[in-house]
Amino acid sequence: MEVTITVNGRTHTKSVEPRMLLVHFLREELGLTGTHIGCDSSHCGACTVLVDGTPLKSCTYLAVMANGRSVETVEGLKQGGKLHVIQEEFKEQHGLQCGYCTPGMMLVGKALLEENPNPTDDEVRFAISGNICRCTGYMNIVKSIQAAGKRMQAESADAAE
Amino acid sequence: MEPSEQKAVRGVGHSVRRVEDDRFIVGRGNYLDDVKLPRMLHMAIVRSPLAHATIESIDISEAMALEGVVAVVTGKDLEAHKLAWMPTLSGDTQAVLATDKVRFQGQEVAAVIAESPYVAADAAELVEIEYEPLDIFVDPYKALENTETIIRSDKEGQADNVAYEWEAGDKAKTDQLFAEADHVVKLHTHYPRSHPAPLETCGCVADVNGATGKATIYLTSQAPHAHRTLFALVAGLPEQNIRVISPDVGGGFGNKVPIYPGYVVATAASLLLDAPVKWVESRSENLMSTGFARDYHMDGELALTSDGTITAMRCHITSDHGAFFADAQPTKFRAGLVHICTGSYDMQAAHITAKGAYTNKAPGGVAYRCSFRVTEASYIIERLVQNAAYELGMSPVEIRRKNFIKKEQFPYTSCTGFIYDSGDYDASLDKALEMLGYDEIMAERDAARAEGRLMGVGIATFTEVVGAGNSKEYDIAGLKMFDSAELRVHPTGKAILKLGVQTQGQGHETTFAQIVANELGIPPEDIAVGHGDTDNTPYGLGTYASRSTPTGGAATAVIARKLRDKAKKIAAHLLEASEGDLEWDSNKFVVKGTDKSVSIQDCAFAAYTNPPDGEEPGLEGVHYYDPPNMTYPFGAYAVVVEVDPETGEWEVKRMVAVDDCGVRINPMVVDGQIHGGLTEGYAMASMQYIHYDDDGNCVGGNFIDYLIPTAVETPKFELGETVTPSPHHPIGAKGVGESATVGSPAAYVNAVLDALQPLGVKNLEMPVTSGRVWEAIQAAKAAAE
Ligand code: FES
Ligand code: FES
Repeated sequence: MEVTITVNGRTHTKSVEPRMLLVHFLREELGLTGTHIGCDSSHCGACTVLVDGTPLKSCTYLAVMANGRSVETVEGLKQGGKLHVIQEEFKEQHGLQCGYCTPGMMLVGKALLEENPNPTDDEVRFAISGNICRCTGYMNIVKSIQAAGKRMQAESADAAE
Repeated sequence: MEPSEQKAVRGVGHSVRRVEDDRFIVGRGNYLDDVKLPRMLHMAIVRSPLAHATIESIDISEAMALEGVVAVVTGKDLEAHKLAWMPTLSGDTQAVLATDKVRFQGQEVAAVIAESPYVAADAAELVEIEYEPLDIFVDPYKALENTETIIRSDKEGQADNVAYEWEAGDKAKTDQLFAEADHVVKLHTHYPRSHPAPLETCGCVADVNGATGKATIYLTSQAPHAHRTLFALVAGLPEQNIRVISPDVGGGFGNKVPIYPGYVVATAASLLLDAPVKWVESRSENLMSTGFARDYHMDGELALTSDGTITAMRCHITSDHGAFFADAQPTKFRAGLVHICTGSYDMQAAHITAKGAYTNKAPGGVAYRCSFRVTEASYIIERLVQNAAYELGMSPVEIRRKNFIKKEQFPYTSCTGFIYDSGDYDASLDKALEMLGYDEIMAERDAARAEGRLMGVGIATFTEVVGAGNSKEYDIAGLKMFDSAELRVHPTGKAILKLGVQTQGQGHETTFAQIVANELGIPPEDIAVGHGDTDNTPYGLGTYASRSTPTGGAATAVIARKLRDKAKKIAAHLLEASEGDLEWDSNKFVVKGTDKSVSIQDCAFAAYTNPPDGEEPGLEGVHYYDPPNMTYPFGAYAVVVEVDPETGEWEVKRMVAVDDCGVRINPMVVDGQIHGGLTEGYAMASMQYIHYDDDGNCVGGNFIDYLIPTAVETPKFELGETVTPSPHHPIGAKGVGESATVGSPAAYVNAVLDALQPLGVKNLEMPVTSGRVWEAIQAAKAAAE
């Protein structure tokens, strides 16, 4: 089947097997290997991408379902050669160790901050509860997302002035 | 040459942000599944649905007929190349693909190689295998009693299901002390079967080049050099032609120490088909067939005098290894380092026995974020000490203080033969209690109790033994447990450091550069750290058992010092001074009493452009470090919980963790390691469990049944530190990756038991689920009526 999917702002038209998962489309067809696979039951969130801005597990979503939609992956976070604040804060707050969960965590964090720029500890924890991290114990991930939120707010306040 | 610009040197003790993050945060890590080679084929494994059965027939015709299938490999095919069996890292053998019978559910029986992973998976379904069921043993005690059904019928002379027997300590003296004891405390408990479950599963891409004979094997490996040697031995490939590359690894925790059948089959297939073959296991395959951990049934006993002095300890262990003894234990120590179970306490004697059982379960027994069974050891002693406190009417703090090895006693030789390098257990407990506000918390607990609420406080004061070897005592499969570092300082003063150890998220690329920075004054950002590629790094045993800093870190410090000594000769030449007149000052040599100096960068440049007469040019070297002793990190953890009497649910209200891992190279990274370890400790205490039903079906073979804490369940941690340097490590560091997983489970369980103490509940088995707590509450209530 032919699908047209916009990924990180670029539109791709490809012929795919109807059963191809979106995660495989991204990794194998487009070579965007920043989206990872960690389970076979939709539980780990390593494969999380944003589809039309909403976090979604790309291992449980067919490429054909993304036809006509816009997908954002970790590779799309850096814009115009500049890291997204959430990327900077994951590094700054030591929000990652092996890095395997990190793309999914950052995308969920970004989506959360767009709705709630100043989340509490519990709100962040709830938002990332579909994403497993085996390394960090989550504390620094929560800090990273909160710190990014603060900076985004400060930056938009600056821009408004 | 112009004097070089000095950047601030951020060596040991600085929270340098990690260089590896730069690729991970943009999705440019290179994990195993990201490796893609031209003409690459894909492998899927056909696994046994049964736990114990003979293989009657295998029909591959339908699978072969599927379009896109290139080959189907069975045990018989491998047998023809003498590859059907392989050695384990614990001196046993393991089936690569089953030939005679299957011994656990999920065992590898055949492999399909196809043009795409989808086709390989489809074809795996089409392989028809007929089995004849055999009696199944999932209980190690029953397996040990039985001599009719021999699970390891393949092993010559094996007439029972005993994998090994092992003992340590002094039986006679221990028996005598028990006979003389005023009080004996006993605890039978099971450290349940758990699985490290790193977020990235295991896999490989085997690329055996038919033209050159070079086998490049990309492997999710915590020990690439050891794996290369084993590949040479197993597959009979010449070792110079094998290159193992462990790319970015998405977490290991012990799961990526063993060699798995999939690696061997993929390599054999690549050799036979002259094409790269990729195999990446699914999560279910990971949980059902690769290295599980623990599964220790322990009978622990403490002998005490009436005033609470511990005189002796006994521990009898029945260890369930599944179908193959596939741990990675040092050769002399079949039950690992479990004889560290006397913990932080000064006692006169101990006797430990262990009996390993073969059962119809997945093989393993890996050290999951643990130094060779020190986790189990720490758990039994910390549970026993708390029980002793209750039985003798002492406080858990008081009994610990009374029995602690005192600061002045270090180095301390334990009754099981370990030489504890350094410690200050009182200081660490003091700090934890102070952070907790112990007296107030206990008052709060008592007030809660008076209201009928179930609040509890649990303590664990653990001692670990990490950083194997020395090489006299410690080897794995004959390979001595040293480690290495190679440092090359380039003419412009920048450097490359190559390590025998390998990172899986610990941040070596940053922290090892800091060690060099500390010793040589080159800023960490000017040092590239390489690891995980056997063609380009010196030999080493790999990263597990918290050994990277104690061994590889030490090797790094020593080689940096050797190069500094050489640089001093160059400096003397440049400054026209005698070596004796030079002083090292963080990154330069200064002529004593003057302001004349040359930087390390100046020396590096001169090493290649203007070496002193008679001096070998260059500034490079390699060092193999054989540690004189292990290191002994320790700490004090305190947990406050409240249990809901109606549902049995328990919630962690506070978790205070004071760790002493000696000198901290990068405090930020150390804290991160502790956070992770405390979470995995909580996971084991509360939910992670690989269980088998009576038919040998694995319950826990996916993330639906095998529960992993998310951010919502995970407690919030309060960290503290004390610093007691290791006296024998070049920079005084001890290793920290595992302390929290080792020390914390007992603290959580002790806290829940403390909460239930008013009801008379004496024991709870991990994982302490709400169901188990609820049952214990009901049983206690029924008993009270
Ligand atoms: S891969 Fe685990 S949720 Fe998608
Ligand atoms: S950083 Fe390793 S899984 Fe999150």
